[in-house]
Amino acid sequence: MQREKIVTIINQFLTEEFEIDESALVPEALLIQDLGIESLDFVDIVVIIEQEFGFKVTREEMVNVKTLDDMYNYIAERA
Amino acid sequence: MKRVVISGIGIYSTIGTDIETVTKSLYAGKSGIGIDAGRKDYGFRSSLSGIIERPNLKGLLSRRERVGLPEQGEYAYVATMEALKNGSLDMDYLASNEVGILYGNDSSSIPVIEAIDIMREKHDTSLIGSGSIFQSMNSTISMNLSVIFKLKGINLTISGACASSSHAIGLAYILISGGFQDMIICGGGQEINAESMGSFDGLAAFSTYENEPHTASRPFDRTRNGLVPSGGAATLIVESLDSALKRGANILGEIKGYGFSSNGSHLSVPNVEGPKVSLLRALKTAGMKPSKIDYINAHATSTPLGDLNEGKALLEVFGDCNTPVSSTKSMTGHEMWMGGASEVIYSLLMMQHSFIAPNINFNSPDDELRTLNVIAETREQELDTILSNSFGFGGTNSTLIISKYRK
Repeated sequence: MQREKIVTIINQFLTEEFEIDESALVPEALLIQDLGIESLDFVDIVVIIEQEFGFKVTREEMVNVKTLDDMYNYIAERA
Repeated sequence: MKRVVISGIGIYSTIGTDIETVTKSLYAGKSGIGIDAGRKDYGFRSSLSGIIERPNLKGLLSRRERVGLPEQGEYAYVATMEALKNGSLDMDYLASNEVGILYGNDSSSIPVIEAIDIMREKHDTSLIGSGSIFQSMNSTISMNLSVIFKLKGINLTISGACASSSHAIGLAYILISGGFQDMIICGGGQEINAESMGSFDGLAAFSTYENEPHTASRPFDRTRNGLVPSGGAATLIVESLDSALKRGANILGEIKGYGFSSNGSHLSVPNVEGPKVSLLRALKTAGMKPSKIDYINAHATSTPLGDLNEGKALLEVFGDCNTPVSSTKSMTGHEMWMGGASEVIYSLLMMQHSFIAPNINFNSPDDELRTLNVIAETREQELDTILSNSFGFGGTNSTLIISKYRK
C-alpha cells in the first residue's frame, strides 16, 4: 500500500475517532507525550490497523512504535 | 444517627429528559410509551416500549470517557449532570470532598452481544476494542461515573432487579445516617434496547395492547395484561443534613425511612407478605403511623398478579387510612433498574408542586382492590410525606419514605 494512503487513513482515524487536532499530526509527534494516546487507546489502534490494513498486530511489536512516523513505517512494512 | 436529605435531582426519561419537562408530563398524565417496530423481527410477542432518544455526548465528554459508556451509562451521565447542577455542585466540590456513588443497574446487554459476535465471527479477541469490558460489566455506571466525576467515596453498583435503585437510595441513607459518608450520588440506569428485553418478552410478561400504546400500561385496572418495558436514568444527591446546611444546599426532601425484605419464595411470582414486611419496616424506621403517609407511589407494573398482591399488601397496612395511591408506570412504563430512583424523583416533584400525578388508564379495579384509593386524575394536593415501593425478581422488596424538610 502507498505510504500516502496509509497516512491518510491513520490521520483520519486519529482526527475523527480520537478527536486529535489535525495540526498536531506531524510525523515526529510522539504518540503518548504529544498526541495524548494512552494504554487503552492502543487496543483500539490495533483494531483499526487490523480492519484497514488486514494484518494482525501484536502488542509486543507496538511497543517500538513511538512516533506517528514509526506507525506509518510499521504499517508500510506489513500492509 | 444523622438526618439524611435529598439535595439534587436529575432525570432522563421517556416522559422528559429534564426535571421541568418531566414535571409537566406528570401533571398532564402524558405517556412515554410507543412501538419499537424492530422487535417483531426478533419474534417479540409485544413491540411496546418506552421511547427515548440517546443523547449525543460528543463535545461533552472525551473519547476515552465515552467509549466506556453503554446506552444506560449515557442516560446516567446526563441525569447526573442535571442532578449536580440542581444540587449546586461542581467539579471543584467533588474534587475536594469525599463523595460516593451507589447506582442501580442490573444488565448491560449490547456490549456483551457485540463482543461475542466478534469472537464468533472473527475468532480474535483483539478486535473487540477497549470499551467493551467497561460497558459490559454490571457495575458499568458506577465505575464510569466515578472516574468522570472524580469521586473518592464508596463506589458500588446495586443489583436488586427492579428494586435496584430504590435499594441504592436506602443503602445510601444507612451509610450517611451512620456517619460513614456525607454525600452519595444515587440513582438507577436502565437500557431500553430490544436485545436486553427479549428474554423478558419470552415470559409473556409484556402488555399486548399494541394498537393503543398510550393506554397499554394500566396498573391496577382490571383489564391490565402486562407491563411495558422502559428505561432511562435518574440521579439523586443524597447528603447528610449537616453537609447540606453547611453548603447552603436547597433541600428537596428528607429520607425518613427505608424498608426491605425478601419474599423467599419464587423467582417471578410475587406475594403479599414480603412487600408488607418492607412497608412495615419502612414505617418503623421512620417512626410513623400509616396515617402520616400522604401519597403512595406504587410499584404496580400493570401485571395481573403483581398489582393485585401489592394492592393487598397496601390495604393490609393502609386500609384504614384511604391513602391516595398511583403508579407512575402507567405513563413511563416499567423503568426497572432505574424505577426506584426515578419514582422517588417523580414523587418529590409532586411534593414540590403540590399535586398527585395520575394513574392513567385506570377505569375499574379488581374486586379484591375496590377499596384501594387509586388516583386516576391529576389531583391538586399538599404532600408532606410520600412512600415509594419497588419490588423485583427473586422477591426483593424496597420501600422508601420521604418527607418535606422541616427544621
